[in-house]
Amino acid sequence: MTFILIAAGAIICAVMAIRAGRLLTSALWLAATSALVALLMYMLGAPEVAVIELSVGAGLVTILFVFAINISGEEATNLKSALPKPLAWVSILIFFILLGYFSLPAFLQPLPEAQIIPLKTVLWEYRSLDVVLQAVLIFAGVLGLIGLLAEEKPGQEKEHQA
Amino acid sequence: MTLSISEIILITVILLLGIGFYGLLAVRNLIKVIVSLQIMVKGMMLGFVLAGRLAGNVSLGQSLAILVIVVDTIVAIIGLALAVQIRRYAGSLDVKALTTLKR
Repeated sequence: MTFILIAAGAIICAVMAIRAGRLLTSALWLAATSALVALLMYMLGAPEVAVIELSVGAGLVTILFVFAINISGEEATNLKSALPKPLAWVSILIFFILLGYFSLPAFLQPLPEAQIIPLKTVLWEYRSLDVVLQAVLIFAGVLGLIGLLAEEKPGQEKEHQA
Repeated sequence: MTLSISEIILITVILLLGIGFYGLLAVRNLIKVIVSLQIMVKGMMLGFVLAGRLAGNVSLGQSLAILVIVVDTIVAIIGLALAVQIRRYAGSLDVKALTTLKR
């Protein structure tokens, strides 16, 4: 019952994040979704990733959203849909059917025996390349951010105008 | 009919992915597009943890979910920085107003 309540809460928060009229409200609903998903992860027996999701997904990313909305300003979000609504709904229906078709057979197979391997062993020994990739991605992200948000120097502006 | 925990989580994953996908298709504000993308990724992270649990190796699912969190955060940062710059130069966050392919 607890699982159903939390899962329903996460889905309602996600719907509200899409439907919210203001961008700031949308960001706050997203943070609530993130917190509830983290709670589900914790209850599934994955506490490490739940903590990271709660601090990064619900904390850092929300702050970034609020910061970005503060800089760019609120704008009307209740614009007409980019795609015709019937086409969007048909796409969603096809998406659900395909996802169900590919994921449900996993439940019909007998489950393998549980292996208890500590996370640090998996992370640092089996999937060490992932850790290197994460470090590279973080550096690439920081460099990309510096490049995107860099202010033009006065000299460069003149060069562009010339 | 009682649903098992795995079935409840699977339904949640599918619904979160569907809601995010609908947002990507229907929403026109650039920041809301990033919100939709975040919702999809949250569903996928939950899916990784569930897959790890079903396969009997939760740690593997957790390590993949951590990778997804890092990638997702970087995507959000770069996307928001792009949105700020686009707003600064184009004056709008409407994705339809930004396209130059169809007039």
